[in-house]
Amino acid sequence: MSAVIEVAIPTVVDIATEADLLRVRTALRQHAVAAGFGIVDQTKLVTAGSELARNVLRYANRAAANLRVEAVQSAGRTGLRAVFTDQGPGIADLDAALGDGFSTGGTLGLGLPGARRLVDEFDINSAPGAGTRVAITKWKR
Amino acid sequence: MNEASVPILRIGGNVLISLQSDLDDTAVVAIESAIMREVSRSRTTGTLIDVSGLAMVDSFIARVIARMAAMTRLLGAETVIVGIQPAVAITLVEMGVSMADLHTALNAEQGMAMLQRLLDGRPARAGEAASPAMR
Repeated sequence: MSAVIEVAIPTVVDIATEADLLRVRTALRQHAVAAGFGIVDQTKLVTAGSELARNVLRYANRAAANLRVEAVQSAGRTGLRAVFTDQGPGIADLDAALGDGFSTGGTLGLGLPGARRLVDEFDINSAPGAGTRVAITKWKR
Repeated sequence: MNEASVPILRIGGNVLISLQSDLDDTAVVAIESAIMREVSRSRTTGTLIDVSGLAMVDSFIARVIARMAAMTRLLGAETVIVGIQPAVAITLVEMGVSMADLHTALNAEQGMAMLQRLLDGRPARAGEAASPAMR
């Protein structure tokens, strides 16, 4: 696999209040438009980001959480990578959290698995007490 | 945005709500409450929710819309969702959000026609004349 190179100054959006949910969607939409994504891919990326930002607000105690969006290149492709990082309690059972219908918060449990289905690459790192980092990448088609 | 900025339009016994702009979770729940109040306060038989102004519907917003439809039905009204943007529909399906229990139509005009068909198919309420389609 070839290296993924960051090609533009990233945007960082803090995720601390519900208003930041709108800022996350706006930042992702602006980057997706600037990257030349079609309307369907724009919508998928913004929706995936909205799910992940809500997870941060709901589960991560809003501790030093943010989104970092950056344009990336790899093997002649261009795309966008969005990284959600928080210093919250972390996820004890990642396999369960990535399964449909698993929720400890009384929701549909579609946040993580739903977001995963909307993007090309989905990487998650989390451990109890160590926070959570979710990186999603969508390539321009 | 607050619920005061959500215009609820009354057309006969029906109400039309147009969801606009980018909604945070508090706004979505406030709109839901406003609609429920309106439906229970008045003799609303049909609710039309126009989502053509929403460029994004995530699983939370979809869940609240589905919940609204279920609750208005418990209050004796039918609900039709109209104007889902194609990109939003594709995204919801790929995400795995089921909207199968909802009545949907392309636009407000077709939504109104669907509401009328749904209401025609129901028994009349006490004090209401049966509609012609009932005979």
